[in-house]
Amino acid sequence: MRKLFDFHGGIHPAEHKHLSLDGPVTEAGIPPELVLPLAQHIGAAAEPVVAVGDRVLKGQLLAEANGFVSVPLHAPSSGTVTAIEERLIAHPSGHTATCIVLATDGRDEWTTLEPTADYRALEPDALRQRIRNAGIAGMGGAGFPTAVKLSPRPGSQVQTLIINGTECEPYITADDVLMREQAAELMAGVQILRHLLQPAQTLIGVEDNKPEAIAALRAALPAAPGAEIVVFPTKYPSGGEKQLIEILTGKQVPSGGLPLDVGVICQNVGSVAAIHDAVIHGRPLISRITTVTGEAVQHPGNFRVLLGTPMSYLLARTGYRMEKNRRLIMGGPMMGFAVPDASVPIVKTTNCLLAPTEAELPTPPPAQACIRCGLCAQACPASLLPQQLFWFARGKEYDKLEQHNLFDCIECGACSWVCPSNIPLVQYYRASKAEVLQLRRDNERAEHARLRFEARQERLAREEAEKLAKRAARKQAAEMRARATVQGSEPVEDPIQAAIDRAKAKKAAQQAGADNPAGELEKLEKAVVTTRARLDTATSKLEQARAEGSDLVEALQAGVEKTRTKLAAAEAALQNFQQANTSVPAAAAAVDPAEAAIQKALQSRQAEAQLSPEDKTRDQLGKLEQRLEKSRARLADSRDSGEDPKIIDALEATVTRLEEKRAALLAELPAPEDA
Amino acid sequence: MGLLRITSPHAHGPLSTSRVMQYVLLATVPGVIALTHFFGFGTLINIAWACVVALGCESLALVLRRRPLGFYLKDCSALVTATLLAIAMPPYSPWWLIAVGIACAILLAKHLYGGLGYNPFNPAMAGYVILLISFPVQMTSWSGPRGLSEVPGLLEALQACFHPGAFDGVTMATPLDIMRQNDSLLMEDLWARTPQLGRWAGLGWEWVNLAFLAGGAWLLYQRVFTWHAPLAMLASLSLMAALFYDGGSSASGGSPLFHLLSGATMFGAFFIVTDPVTSAVSVRGRLIYGAMIGALVYTIRVRGNYPDAVAFAVLIMNLAAPLIDNYTQPRTYGHHRSGGEQ
Ligand code: SF4
Ligand code: SF4
Repeated sequence: MRKLFDFHGGIHPAEHKHLSLDGPVTEAGIPPELVLPLAQHIGAAAEPVVAVGDRVLKGQLLAEANGFVSVPLHAPSSGTVTAIEERLIAHPSGHTATCIVLATDGRDEWTTLEPTADYRALEPDALRQRIRNAGIAGMGGAGFPTAVKLSPRPGSQVQTLIINGTECEPYITADDVLMREQAAELMAGVQILRHLLQPAQTLIGVEDNKPEAIAALRAALPAAPGAEIVVFPTKYPSGGEKQLIEILTGKQVPSGGLPLDVGVICQNVGSVAAIHDAVIHGRPLISRITTVTGEAVQHPGNFRVLLGTPMSYLLARTGYRMEKNRRLIMGGPMMGFAVPDASVPIVKTTNCLLAPTEAELPTPPPAQACIRCGLCAQACPASLLPQQLFWFARGKEYDKLEQHNLFDCIECGACSWVCPSNIPLVQYYRASKAEVLQLRRDNERAEHARLRFEARQERLAREEAEKLAKRAARKQAAEMRARATVQGSEPVEDPIQAAIDRAKAKKAAQQAGADNPAGELEKLEKAVVTTRARLDTATSKLEQARAEGSDLVEALQAGVEKTRTKLAAAEAALQNFQQANTSVPAAAAAVDPAEAAIQKALQSRQAEAQLSPEDKTRDQLGKLEQRLEKSRARLADSRDSGEDPKIIDALEATVTRLEEKRAALLAELPAPEDA
Repeated sequence: MGLLRITSPHAHGPLSTSRVMQYVLLATVPGVIALTHFFGFGTLINIAWACVVALGCESLALVLRRRPLGFYLKDCSALVTATLLAIAMPPYSPWWLIAVGIACAILLAKHLYGGLGYNPFNPAMAGYVILLISFPVQMTSWSGPRGLSEVPGLLEALQACFHPGAFDGVTMATPLDIMRQNDSLLMEDLWARTPQLGRWAGLGWEWVNLAFLAGGAWLLYQRVFTWHAPLAMLASLSLMAALFYDGGSSASGGSPLFHLLSGATMFGAFFIVTDPVTSAVSVRGRLIYGAMIGALVYTIRVRGNYPDAVAFAVLIMNLAAPLIDNYTQPRTYGHHRSGGEQ
């Protein structure tokens, strides 16, 4: 028997898990519309690689990762991209976010996948890349990009790999059924992770309230030799990463640190199963198991849901009685949050949809005074003093809050749960954390401003000193020249030549700054091209929004304007660079500075001529015609394939608009004979 | 469709503040029964009258402070204060004495500081001490226990409270008084000569203390509070008594058992020391808090001039609680044992 450790505090709320454990996981089906937020994970939002009107296949890449801490997004089913726009998402503050909207076609046609015959032959980095490309983000609820978590700093040793099958929140059974039904895949996934990380030990932690899952795991264990199943007593929040690490290893993750600091990497069972799918079958993360439960649904259970499925669609299949439901919770009753509206989509982190009746989870009564009973401190798994934090939070004593380690609060809600006075403690902590962070940012900004100011002062002083020095040097040179004329001897140094030399040196230095002119040029050109492309997509998006009479027109308009200015800037930069680079050899060749000046003037005139309004219009016209061509082709395509009339309408509107624009441009141009 | 937007957690445990207070009230029942059995109806009348006055004072304070009456009265904290003070007062106290005590407790010690949760001093003990200093005679007149003297009937008891001039009760020195005043007899002889001392710690008093212990144990079992502060107090009191027992000589301060079962020891340990509002908050803090109260109780009992020491000891430590809190912050998860950052 492995030695288990206990963590401080914890509570035993009523579990209510049986509600959703009656049957097997059911397919939720394909809703007519999927709404896919670009940010379903912690980190930068993904960058769309499809445009409105594109037909996509199931599993096809819709948006790519934007930076290291980001994950890509794939189409959960085949269909057509009907919009890339702001939609209401599942977020505690009820705000909107950019989503790719997909009208499904019901054919559920897969794109070609790339399975791996033998992942052992893959380099760790290639394996990690596969996991990353599959768009996997922590499925236990936090949504941290899995590939990032699996990239230990070079030199750090992974002692223990922990697979988290704890699922300590009441009501949720998604991981439970996953372990029951997909134990084999899970073990295969564990093997992949073991191959990738080479940990000294692998522990699969499960609470003892899931006997069936434990039995299934035990049966599948031979497939993962070296892994060990550890069963421990049920207590909330033993599934918290830090708590689980303490239970299994007795170690505590240092405050502000990572599990890896104590040699541990933790992965949720859902993520491990997704890793298996991604590596073995090449299947990206496009669906997940979500528990639908609570007494306001008649048929609670677990569902395999396509990401982006509107919650209302899923609820409709479970006999949801809206009139009985006062709050709809994404996640569990302890850490989940109430969603603003049932139309928001299921995302990668949606492990549960809880629709309780008022009797089940009553609206909290007004808070009474804190009687300092200390129950909260007894329950706190982080060994904080919640009642003191509450006191300081109300008094906005930020120093005291930090001194009492506010930021070690994991927002598990145990303190609020036990509080006899019904004080919404966690709410105070969340608000205080935000305030403290804001304060820190403000301080940082002030510090920045101070530094900037000081730097400026310094620069001004330096410039002043330089000016004085130059003046002195000029004076000296003049004196010397005067002396030389008087003496009639050879000048020590020709001042004009000196000036030319200086100019040359300066140019050379500038050129050296762009250490490789050809590369620099390419970069600038690329910038112009991509910005132009972005402007094109933005404009067409705007047009579509106009066509649909969407209220996003203004926002899109602003975006288009911004891109346009960016494009202008990029073009100007390119031109400057070209100009500078051609003028350098000229300046070097010209011994006579006057000639150089003339040449420079000529060049800039040329450059100006290049920018004449007529040329610009022509240029625009060309681009417009290209786009018109493209839009017409797309329209014809969608007409042929009999697509959603809404899309066809939008495309038609786009074509008309483009035609109008073209006519306007043509009118601007002088008659062709004159040119 | 008007979904509620509340942040997590959405579930709540079974305990409420009103429930905690009701548990405390309920837990005093065995002790009150014992008191009534040995000293007659005085305590019951004390309690009843005190509760009436307390509700009046609480309502008055709430009205003056413009707080909703129903919501705040519901927390039962005024009833708890009243009951605890009434138990601590001698039975057959006149009505005005009780009224003054309750008024001081509720108006001065509680609402003047901002109401429940903000009071630095235990209201019941603050009221008790004010009375003890202002009316020492009335506050030290305990009647004799059943078996040693006549116990007044219900009518007499009512008369004692509401028509005090006409009541002539028998008062007797309490075991603690006897112990303090003894300077010539060995413990053995003292016990042999004074029937009031009962078997271990005073006739009647032994049972009263055991009854309060039972009530306290039930509260512990209900997890209304933790064992740390009360047990630390009892332990340090016993330790002090053992250290200065002096082999039972005439200079002895009394045996540990005597101190555990005399006066307000158990009542104090489980109903006063455990008052959450005015005690230290962390586990270590509560151990220190309780232990120091125990030591103070012994010292004041043996060296001081007052009949019992629990009230003074508690008030002194109430003052020290914030300081204790400051130095006993528990080690947060992920921080070094020394308490500093990693
Ligand atoms: S549980 Fe509530 S009432 Fe008790 S100390 Fe904590 S915050 Fe105060
Ligand atoms: S929410 Fe924070 S303060 Fe409250 S119990 Fe959890 S970790 Fe402790």
